[in-house]
Order: sequence, then structure tokens, then C-alpha cells
Amino acid sequence: MSWVETKNLNVISLNDIQVLPLNDFRDELIKKIKGGKRLIQFFGNKETPGVFLYAVAADDNTSKLFITSCKFTDDKAYQSLTPEIPSVHLFEREFYEQFGIKPEGHPWLKPVRKGIEGINNDEPHYNFFSMTGEEIHEVGVGPIHAGIIEPGHFRFSCHGEKVYHLEIKLGFQHRGIENMFLNKNHKNVYLLNLSESIAGDSVIGHAGTYIRAMESLCNIAVSRRVKSIRTVMLELERIAMHLADLSGLSGDIAYLTGSSVFGALRTKIINATMSICGNRFGRGMMRLSGVNFDITPEIKCDLTALLNKLNDDVDLAAEVMFSSVSVLERFEKTGILEKETAMELGLVGLTARASGYAVDIRSDHPFDAYQYFPVYKLTLESGDVFARAYIRYIEIQQSIKIIMEILNNIPSGELSCNISSLQPDSMVISLTEGWRGEISHIVLTDSDGKIKRIKIKDPSFNNWLALSISVRGEGISDFPLCNKSYNLSYSGFDL
Amino acid sequence: MLNLLKLRWNHGYQAIPDIRKAELMVTHRGFPVINESECKDNCGECKDVCPTEAIEINPLSIDLGKCTFCGECERVCAAIKFTNECRSGSTSRNNLIVTSKNFSGLTSDVYRNRAIETRKEIHKMFGRSLKLRQVSAGGCNGCEMELSACGNVNFDMGRFGIDFAASPRHSDGIVITGPVSRNMAPALMDAYNSIPSPKIVIAAGACAISGGIFKESEYLNREFFEKIKIDLFIPGCPPHPITFINSLLDFLGR
Repeated sequence: MSWVETKNLNVISLNDIQVLPLNDFRDELIKKIKGGKRLIQFFGNKETPGVFLYAVAADDNTSKLFITSCKFTDDKAYQSLTPEIPSVHLFEREFYEQFGIKPEGHPWLKPVRKGIEGINNDEPHYNFFSMTGEEIHEVGVGPIHAGIIEPGHFRFSCHGEKVYHLEIKLGFQHRGIENMFLNKNHKNVYLLNLSESIAGDSVIGHAGTYIRAMESLCNIAVSRRVKSIRTVMLELERIAMHLADLSGLSGDIAYLTGSSVFGALRTKIINATMSICGNRFGRGMMRLSGVNFDITPEIKCDLTALLNKLNDDVDLAAEVMFSSVSVLERFEKTGILEKETAMELGLVGLTARASGYAVDIRSDHPFDAYQYFPVYKLTLESGDVFARAYIRYIEIQQSIKIIMEILNNIPSGELSCNISSLQPDSMVISLTEGWRGEISHIVLTDSDGKIKRIKIKDPSFNNWLALSISVRGEGISDFPLCNKSYNLSYSGFDL
Repeated sequence: MLNLLKLRWNHGYQAIPDIRKAELMVTHRGFPVINESECKDNCGECKDVCPTEAIEINPLSIDLGKCTFCGECERVCAAIKFTNECRSGSTSRNNLIVTSKNFSGLTSDVYRNRAIETRKEIHKMFGRSLKLRQVSAGGCNGCEMELSACGNVNFDMGRFGIDFAASPRHSDGIVITGPVSRNMAPALMDAYNSIPSPKIVIAAGACAISGGIFKESEYLNREFFEKIKIDLFIPGCPPHPITFINSLLDFLGR
């Protein structure tokens, strides 16, 4: 058995994980991914001596996860897997940047979060890909953008209006979050706060992923009430962010009705979040071993009324928006991402689903209340801006239904329980479907039961390249629209 | 067409009519009030649970510049109570430290009068129109989204002549969010230098004011704050749009 089989949130002993010879590891991984499994994580961990490289693959049909590893002691290079498995391209670059072990033959081994000019002379600074030719010009944007958004650098190679290539350079937000989790003196509240700040628009998503990983390692079973409340909060976050994106997409095409109406609806939802937990983004809601705030009968009543009204309001607003010729003219056939490309690059979340690639952790690897409420995977085929906008609308409808179902039947139970210590020498994989897509945290503990490695992956890590691909051949003026249709996180990528 | 009219009718008038008098719902965790008589034996439990070392004991105090308003201290001690009061901006770093002696039991008006000093020249120069350039330097997108929300149909900051501008060249001031990552430090300084003088500097959110939860990160570079004086501190994690707008209006003497 080269692979250890596990499930979302199941704890496995580190000793059970096979350490394969490098060539076997490579062959096994290629066989697994080409056999239809999906690459979830590919990351290193420094041990004394040497560096372990772990690979995690998922079988979405059977809800199984597979782990294997290999070890580098003296080797400083290996044969790159990217030519065989394109979805590993960014993981290999990250592994090289963090541990200095080079994937030989990687088609484009550029830095992930380092190499920004003028920051650190020890880091070789990265020269952008450049195109030459008559009347070819480059457009550089960022790190500071025109709007109130996070920083990142975009470099377009254009001929006239037409974009031939877009290169995205991130890393400006890098705060070293993964390492900050390792300080052994840190308290639970600090670590929770830190997980909430991985991406401030996915507070419940990231905090929930982290907390479920820790609870599995502590062997804590939270009550069904806690699971239900957490699920309601996660779906509220999804509705709020999808509304914000529909508002933003409307703003980018100067469709002011949509911009105002969806913006105002979002405010109502985040205010509902605040009425539950005191913060519009859900901060302070989650705690290790439970939740800090209950959904009282009054809140349940208000929330039900709000969602009933929201359902009608969103339907009306979407009907007007998606029947407007001026909206469709800009949305349809803009920034197309083919299903084959989405599968090859290992995209996740609504981006993948809008291209017809049905991946959704809520139904593939269920957690919390999704274990009791199966979620139907929504997909669209066209993969254009229209699909990414429309799928947000139908996911809002779906989330409203999920919340209503849970609220109608919210089980009783304790809101928190006692915390025990972490199991030593163990590993857990925690997967969550945040509003952008698959969030994954992998936690490894040492022999004292302390965290020795945490690997965090925001869905943006998988999906940024999709933006580059989908603007190829488009007019540069459609870039803001394409960008907004993905709305990826800079801080979630940069960590 | 009928649906469009119906939609417009349903949408109604969403703006908060009087931002200056707006009250947030009671669940909101805003300005904390300290009642030291409830602090029995300086046990220090509040200090121990605080994730950002915002609390000092003997005498008990909370530094709003560090506080992430997580509410954990409130759960372990009756002496601390977060209120729904959202007007917590300050023009001096020291005034952000809330103790029992100076502010407890006082109304928010008194806190405001003490915390925000309105300068005549600021009122004269920017009182009627203010354009700001926002720079996110390691921010998690929480503060950024709340600052965006300041301009939406609910809060409509534009009605006061305050807007965010796309270029620093068109701006009168800079709003900084995030703990200032090492990789963003030069860009932040460039943006500041590109704004024509006279200019104001605003730090929004716990990360910008003190480094917040990321204070210990080795990938920060906070030299900017050693060189440049901050004119207005707006606490929060993230600051509520009403906090931001009201603090700014107080600062401008509006």
C-alpha cells in the first residue's frame, strides 16, 4: 500500500504514512492523478534531518482522501511533475521557494511570494515574461490598484487592445501566517484570531476549517447544534459575498441598478450576521470546541423573515439584471474558461462549477451539518463571465434553502465542551467549501502534541492562473470584469 | 421594464438619514466600558486571554489600537463590557487607551471631545471636500471591504464631500490598512510621497495602528510609522463604516 486512505477530518498517525522512494512517489502520484483523482495538497515539512514531501489526492466520488510522502535528505533536486500533471505547477514552485529543492524541468519556475524588486537583495528578483514584436506594448498595474482592494501586480502584454498574456505577480501581502501558528506559547484565542485573518472575507470559512482540524486532533465531538449554527454562518457568508460580487460585477459594467440593489441586499445579510455574533464578517463567532453565540428563537424568527424577503428580492433583481441586453452583451462569451482547462489546472469552487467541472466539498467530502443535508452540486457549462455571475445567483437561492432547512429543524445541544490536548505525531486534513471554493488546512503534530506544521490553502491558490488564462485574447478593457468574476483573495494566496 | 420599476420601487431609499446620530444594533462590539469596581483582585485573566496584549491590569486598561474586539475578555470578566457605541476614533495614540478613570461611565460625546482634536487648519483646508487614497499593506480584505462600504448606498460618504480617489496625485490624504508587510513597505511610501502636501494620514484598523494580530510577524516592515506622523487613528477589526465616517467628520470639524 503506497497510499494511506483517510477522510475529511479523520486523524491519521504520521507513522502510518508511507515514505516512498522518490521515483515511486513520482510514479504513484502521476498514476493517481491520471486515474481521475484530484490533487488537494502537495507540501513540504522540514524535519531533522531532511525534508518530507507530502501529497494528498482526493476521490470526490467516494469521499476518500489519499496521502503519501517521500523524503529528501541530501538531494537538492528532483524531476518535475508539472509536465505530467499541470495542476501541481504552483505547489512545486511553492515547495522550491520554501525548501530550496528544485523541480528539474519545471516549465516556468518563478517565485510565488518572493522576488519582488527592491525588497530583499538576497532574493533574486524576478523579471517578467516579455513579448517582443512590432507594436507590442506592456501595461503594468499595481501593486496598488485604483479601487479599495488588496495589492498585487498585473502585467499585460498587448497588441493594440488585445491581451496576449497576463502575468500576475503576488506576494505583496505575505505576512508569514503559517509560521505564526507554530509559536508554542500562543493561546487558542490568538490562533483562532489568526485563522480569521487569513482572508478577511472568508472569516467563517477559514476559522471553521482550522477549528475542525484542531477539534479532530483533540478528539472533540461538538454537538449537532454547534454544527448547524456553524453551517448557517458559513452559508450567510456565502450569500453575503455572492451579493457583494454581483454588486461589484454590476458596478464594473456601469449597471448602477444592480450595483445599488445587490449592495443594499448584502448590507442586510451582514447586518444579520452582526445580530448573531456582533461583527459584520462573523469575527468572534467561532471558538475551539463550539460557538460563542447561539441562534436564539428570536434570531431564528428574524432570520427566517429576512431570508424569505431576500429570496424574492434577489429573484426580482436577478431577473431584471440577466434579461438586460446591455448586461448580457458584456457578460456573455467574455473571459471563457473551458472545462478541460479547469480540470487540468485543478480549479476549485464556483469557478470550476461555472465551467462545468462539478467539485463541491459540501457534497464530495461533507462536514458539519452537510453530513445530514446533502447538497446538490450546481454547474453551468459556458465558463464565461455570465456563468460565473449566474452561478452566484443560483447558489444564493440554494444557500437560502439550506439555511431555512437547518433553521426549521435546529437540534438542541451544548454550545461548547471541554478541550483536551492534541494527539501527538498525527495529521489531519480539514476541507471546507468556502464561498470561493475549497479551503484546506492540514495540521501535523509533533511528539509532544504541539503543532509542527500547518499547511493552509485558500481556493485562490488554485484559481489565480484561471484569470490569466481567461483574459487571453480578450480586450484589455474587459480585464476588470473578468477579474471581478473570479474575485480572488490576495491575502489568502500570499498568507 | 415593469420589473425594473418594481425593483426600483422595492429598493426604496436605503441611505441612513443621519449618520451623526446613527446607532448600531446592541450586539455590535464597539467601544468598551471598564468598571474597575467589578475587578476584584487583579486576577489578570482578561490579560491572559487577550490575543493582542491590548489589556493591562492594575489599573485595568484596554488599548483600542491593539484590540480586535473579539470579546474574549468580556466573557471572562464582568469589569469589561463592549458597548454598541461606535464612535471610537482618536487623533492621539494615547487616547486610544481606555481606562476606568478617564472614560468609564462617560458618554460617547465626552470620549469624542477628548479623543478627537479638531484643528482649525484641517477644517479650513479639507472641511468641505476631502479625497483620500487607500493603501492596503498586508490587510486581510476586512478593512478594505468596510472602507468600500463607506461609499455604498447605505452609508453614502460622498454626501459629505468625502471620497476615495484612484490616484494619490488627486488625493488630500492616505488611509492605511493592514500591518504593512515587508513587500508593501516601499509601495506605501511611494504612494504617500505622491500625495501633494498638505496631506493627512489615517490609520484604520488594529493592524495598521499597532500591527494587531500580526505584530510578531517577521515579514512586517513598519518603518513608515516611525517616519510619518498619523493624524487620525480609527480602531476596529475591521472598523465599522459608521465609525470611519463619524471619526472623519469629527476630525474635519463638521
